[in-house]
Amino acid sequence: MKRAKVAYGGAIHDAFEHPAGVQLADGRVLSEEAVVWLPPFEVGTIIALGLNYADHVKELSKELTVTTQDEPLAFLKGRSSLIGHRAQTRRPEGVAFMHYECELAVVIGSTAKNVKRDEAMQHVAGYTVANDYAIRDYLENYYRPNLRVKNRDGGTVLGPWLVDAADVPDAHALPLRTLVNGVVTQQGNTRDLITDIPALIEYLSGFMTLHAGDVILTGTPDGVVNVNVGDEVVTEIDGIGRLVNTIVADATFGR
Amino acid sequence: MMSNIFQPPVGATVYGTLLNHREALAALGDQVHVAPYKAPPKAPILYIKPRNTWARSGDAVLVPSDAAELQMGATLGLVIARTACKVSAAEALDHVAGFVVMNDISVPHESFYRPSMRFKCRDGSCPMGAYVSRDAVANPDALAVTVKIDGEVVQHTDTGGRVRSVAQLLADVTEFMTLNPGDVLSIGVAAHAPLAHAGQRVTITIEGVGQLENVLLAEELV
Repeated sequence: MKRAKVAYGGAIHDAFEHPAGVQLADGRVLSEEAVVWLPPFEVGTIIALGLNYADHVKELSKELTVTTQDEPLAFLKGRSSLIGHRAQTRRPEGVAFMHYECELAVVIGSTAKNVKRDEAMQHVAGYTVANDYAIRDYLENYYRPNLRVKNRDGGTVLGPWLVDAADVPDAHALPLRTLVNGVVTQQGNTRDLITDIPALIEYLSGFMTLHAGDVILTGTPDGVVNVNVGDEVVTEIDGIGRLVNTIVADATFGR
Repeated sequence: MMSNIFQPPVGATVYGTLLNHREALAALGDQVHVAPYKAPPKAPILYIKPRNTWARSGDAVLVPSDAAELQMGATLGLVIARTACKVSAAEALDHVAGFVVMNDISVPHESFYRPSMRFKCRDGSCPMGAYVSRDAVANPDALAVTVKIDGEVVQHTDTGGRVRSVAQLLADVTEFMTLNPGDVLSIGVAAHAPLAHAGQRVTITIEGVGQLENVLLAEELV
């Protein structure tokens, strides 16, 4: 099943996929454009992975100060960075390199502590698409990628759907891609994850308890390019969803 | 309002600030100019203490089997009252509901190059409390901070000496991200944060805010 959370008619609703767009839990069928899309579940701790596709590591290797990696590069994002499908993300005036990152987001369904790889997938509730924006102009070499790069308002796009894990036979064989204004700029496949989903759950739950609603953004493949004001950025993963975002200028936010 | 019990509301985010204490930054010396850092920090460097780290005064802090000692990061937390987006330093404190004593506990680590979840995000590694409302504190940049281990003072510092004062930190952080009601932002841990091991009792007192006390227990005994 594919579920969403949307705002419509003065309330927030659980909603489901429908041939005409979306059906609210109360029965109303609406077009995709008629509702405001929210992140599709109550989001807990947001964990993101850097450098988790080999081709992307190569892409960034020129600017990395230290390239050796003895454990997954995991960092956290705050909930104030979250937005849903069909929303806007601000590109500050004067920055040179702001880019999207299309990522498979793994949503935890049950408490996980010291979980071994073999049992890890039992703790997955489902999947959604994430677009994990970064503005590289603000990179500093302290707790890199620092939050000024990664934790900006509207910088974590999630949705449209939470797809039940049972409906995804193999989460490690999903083609993913990004289109900017309809042109494919990034392509990959989740089979190329350096640290795969069960290994990530084993690693993270080895030092912290994961709870239902926590989400792991599993990293992005090669092909991140600069986006500009007015661009429509579509991050999509086959079988999971097609997540649309638009880049807007400071003026939209009164800046 | 004054309370020994403090817990961030559901959905809040607790942020820590790295190297905001001038002496802590100075302790890195010339390292800040060479790889991997290459330059001193410019904007505030933040990190997140996720919900699995939240604990209260009186809760046991578990010392993981792979760490002999933990670093006790006594600091002041600013609890946000209302949405703070691009606030000026002059109006920053209007967005603060109150102040909380925090122990931002870390597994000791040398490098600040990568965000170190394995060192900063252990379960129960962010005890918080006591809490006072903003009007109870005249100047949050000049509060004495005392850390005792088993009753003996091991660190005596204060909330001043920061690269960014409370108001300036709020201004510079909210320039690039919004803080929401219930979020907590720490002013950063002072230099020479003391170490403690299983079996010890850690008491942090911040003048005018209150006291936070926790006992460390070996994880394998629990």
